[in-house]
Amino acid sequence: MKAGFAFVEGATSDLAFVAQAATLDALFAVASEALLAATVEDPSSVAPSERRTLSLAEPDLELLLLRFLNELVWLRDAKGLLLRAESVRITREEGEAQLEATLVGEPLSRIRHALAADVKAATAHGLRIEGRPEGFEARVTLDV
Amino acid sequence: MDEDTGVISPGGIGFDINCGMRLVRTDLTFAEVAPRLSELVDSLADRVPAGVGARGFLALNESEFEEVLRDGAHWAVKHGYGVPDDLLHTEATGRFPDADPAAVSTHAIERGLAQVGTLGSGNHYLEIQVAHPEGVADPDLARAFGIDRPEQVMVMFHCGSRGFGHQVASDYLHLFLRLMPTKFGLPLIDRELASAPFASPEGKSYYAAMCCAANMSFVNRQVILHRIREVFARVFQRSADALGIRCIYDVAHNTAKRETHLVGGEPRQLLVHRKGATRAFPPGHPELPPAYRATGQPVIVGGSMETGSWLLAGVPSGAVSFFSTAHGSGRTMSRTRARKLVRGRALQDQLAARGILVRTASLRGLAEEAGFAYKSVDEVAEATEEAGLSRRVAHLVPVGNVKG
Repeated sequence: MKAGFAFVEGATSDLAFVAQAATLDALFAVASEALLAATVEDPSSVAPSERRTLSLAEPDLELLLLRFLNELVWLRDAKGLLLRAESVRITREEGEAQLEATLVGEPLSRIRHALAADVKAATAHGLRIEGRPEGFEARVTLDV
Repeated sequence: MDEDTGVISPGGIGFDINCGMRLVRTDLTFAEVAPRLSELVDSLADRVPAGVGARGFLALNESEFEEVLRDGAHWAVKHGYGVPDDLLHTEATGRFPDADPAAVSTHAIERGLAQVGTLGSGNHYLEIQVAHPEGVADPDLARAFGIDRPEQVMVMFHCGSRGFGHQVASDYLHLFLRLMPTKFGLPLIDRELASAPFASPEGKSYYAAMCCAANMSFVNRQVILHRIREVFARVFQRSADALGIRCIYDVAHNTAKRETHLVGGEPRQLLVHRKGATRAFPPGHPELPPAYRATGQPVIVGGSMETGSWLLAGVPSGAVSFFSTAHGSGRTMSRTRARKLVRGRALQDQLAARGILVRTASLRGLAEEAGFAYKSVDEVAEATEEAGLSRRVAHLVPVGNVKG
């Protein structure tokens, strides 16, 4: 399955996207790319000058994806950083899903980055991750 | 929800806690403003930061931010960002008294520190509007609310608690999702509507945190009004007071409030969740300020930047909805679809040709907010009147708009 995402119609007030990838690790990375694409007009304008690591645990994969995206939103608002996932490792044990990620990006610049939507949160509304024969697909709604 | 047996739900309140509308009157007519309109809109866009990553002009430390969370708009007036009369014309005088900053995470405080005094983006805006005589549906109520001359210029803005409120709500959503199947024994039907018993320690804690976010939002709108006063005073070389700039009302539309209502003829203490719904108290309600005791509460319903907005008033028959009415016209089309149909720059030019000057932090965001993506605000206002939830007072038409 080719990794990628697309913004989809349907969510009237918000902004929804569908992401696909062959592995869960790649799916989470693609979702971070979609969030960045919602935030800036040209995601390629975000240079990899800063690195952060992130460790999270939630009861299931969908809540883990929700928390992961919301941590990226928090890092933008609280630390002024535009970040994407460089690498993600998802592990699952009974009753818990864990994430270890390396994030890369740079400080948000209202001059250098053409800003798009001020995503306030990824939401639990309609959130799903489904297995496909050739990989995984996630649907996420962003509150803007 | 019953306070003793019901639940509190962050999703049922809305994540942009105390997102709300503020309507401000002036003594100016459109004929006086028109020659300076471009300068006015530019100055407002400059002085009220909007869009992604915008930072407010207040440099607050954590201790000061906690005062904001505790005291709401009273903090702003105490520090010179407004006058006491503003508080009388704000829902709950701009302060939810049950706020407790100890219930708010460090994560949320770090996110909110620099956000006071910022407009946001999406459907948040600051608009210069005109009350044309033909748009006044109830001249007596309009006069009582401060619309008292033909072609009067008004300022309306729509914003909330920014990322701070979202963080408060998200923090508790994750907590409640963990506790619903275990500690609370509650069925999880929709994760977005995760909840906790209001009487539980966690439910009470969320209520205290939500009140903090509501207070932050009241401060946000209060300091934005302060900046509006500064801009008008500079552009027109008269004090804001001399220009008759006065807050008509500030009303929230994403809250939960403890109120007493008649249920089956008996008064009951309830926690009223209003997500995307505006409180609309009727004439005579004891919580209304003296100025509006006889008229009923002003209700501000935002429309699109093309079609205008409505000022309504609360009515006695609104008891059927616990005195709640609509807050805005609502979208009919996805943002993705709207963006395919119009480019932001083209829309900006079209609106300018129609006499509506728009300044935006995001042209893509502007396209998503095109008028055709929204329901008719006239139909929404009329529907609330026909349903007996509120009555129409005046239609307000945009001439200048600042968008995030």
